[in-house]
Amino acid sequence: MAKTVLPFGPQHPVLPEPLHLTLAIEDEIVKEAIPKLGYVHRGLEKLAEIRDHNQMIYIVERVCGICSCMHALCYCQGIEALMGLDVPARAKYLRTIWAEMHRIHSHLLWLGLFADAFGFESLFMQFWRIRERVMDLQEETAGNRVILSVNQVGGVRRDITAESAQWILDTLKLVEKETLQLKSTILDDATVKLRTVGKGVLTKEKAYELGAAGPTLRASGIAQDIRQTGYAAYSELDFAPVVETDGDCYARTVVRFKEIFQAIDLLRQAFAKLPEGELAVKPKGLPTGEVVSRVEQPRGEVLYYLRGSGKKFLERVRIRTPTFANIPPLLDMLPGCDLADVPVLILTIDPCISCTER
Amino acid sequence: MFMTKTILKNLLTKYATRLYPFQKREPFKHSKGELKIVMEKCILCGVCQMRCPSQCITVDKQAKTWKVDPFACVYCGVCVDACPVKCLYQESLYRTPLAEKDMVVHVQQPKEAAEPAAT
Repeated sequence: MAKTVLPFGPQHPVLPEPLHLTLAIEDEIVKEAIPKLGYVHRGLEKLAEIRDHNQMIYIVERVCGICSCMHALCYCQGIEALMGLDVPARAKYLRTIWAEMHRIHSHLLWLGLFADAFGFESLFMQFWRIRERVMDLQEETAGNRVILSVNQVGGVRRDITAESAQWILDTLKLVEKETLQLKSTILDDATVKLRTVGKGVLTKEKAYELGAAGPTLRASGIAQDIRQTGYAAYSELDFAPVVETDGDCYARTVVRFKEIFQAIDLLRQAFAKLPEGELAVKPKGLPTGEVVSRVEQPRGEVLYYLRGSGKKFLERVRIRTPTFANIPPLLDMLPGCDLADVPVLILTIDPCISCTER
Repeated sequence: MFMTKTILKNLLTKYATRLYPFQKREPFKHSKGELKIVMEKCILCGVCQMRCPSQCITVDKQAKTWKVDPFACVYCGVCVDACPVKCLYQESLYRTPLAEKDMVVHVQQPKEAAEPAAT
């Protein structure tokens, strides 16, 4: 049978954001996939020319609607490196706390969307109900639900009181209990397994070669997590990357599911070790030189390249987001799969198109 | 099959959602909501205008006005932190929806005029 060309997206029920794939199919088996991006390009990097380096924190936060706090963290780390600032220990821990809260809510959001992608809508609602508890934690501690605006050059803008910390720990117990209750549904259910096990296999060699990032990389058996480099307070916390070896949709689900518990554990460790002290140091001077700053987001490694020339405005801001790195592996997974599995496969890389196009 | 326990539990517990207009959640104490100003305290220094990442604030020293575009405000609270006399604050609730776009303009009354009125 001759090949048929089928456009997938940019408007598709499974995609919250516009990603277009041109699929060449033969007997409903995908033979080739060609991506087309650029539907939500906003030119945020260019804004660095008319917004000073402090205002840019709140602009880079808006690169992503899910992991905003980590974007600001990565950017601030870069500027601090350029200025030679030493961030107080308490600020480092608070940054870690907010980042891990973001990881929990992002993974819960993804698990819900993933369940919805294969038609399990009631499971989607269960995950999102749990997620709402984490959103409340963020709103109470930072003032906003998603765009937290807590990072600043030299530290953080808000503190977490002992009373709030206790409430967070109590809520985390509930989040842990409720997520565990759904474990067998998402990981052991025969119908769910039919849609995930053995689908979209990305081998270890291919994952490495194509430069996959985050859970997509770790599900293929490569134990690489940027948190191991010890930015913020991660060097003082005890954790190991969650690794699976199968490289299929199921393995990627397992990695994200386990990372929720890893994040809860990291939060408990961070609260136990939270030191007293200042929240921020006053920045002196202007950013000069160039730096690459890296942070592990829920979707993988985000990379910021910043170049300053001793002026208020940065010369260049370049953002490489994890979804950008995960698109080549996605194109490797798609050939050979059923047309019906394409939405599920796309979701397993946890695409964030706004991030990718900035 | 594995979902049965969760379904039964859901049937026997109360709703996860609220009947919104009738039942409202109290906002968190430190939520970042609508931006407000105590105009009497304002010294029209313009720091808020300089720091605002969305450039929604305009301060005019000559006309003694402080303007904010509530539709451009991103609720980051940078102006509130930066204000040297702490005349800015954020409500814990978002602004109410409006049918038309509008600027919020505050004019500072001259002190001479304000003082006799107070006595």
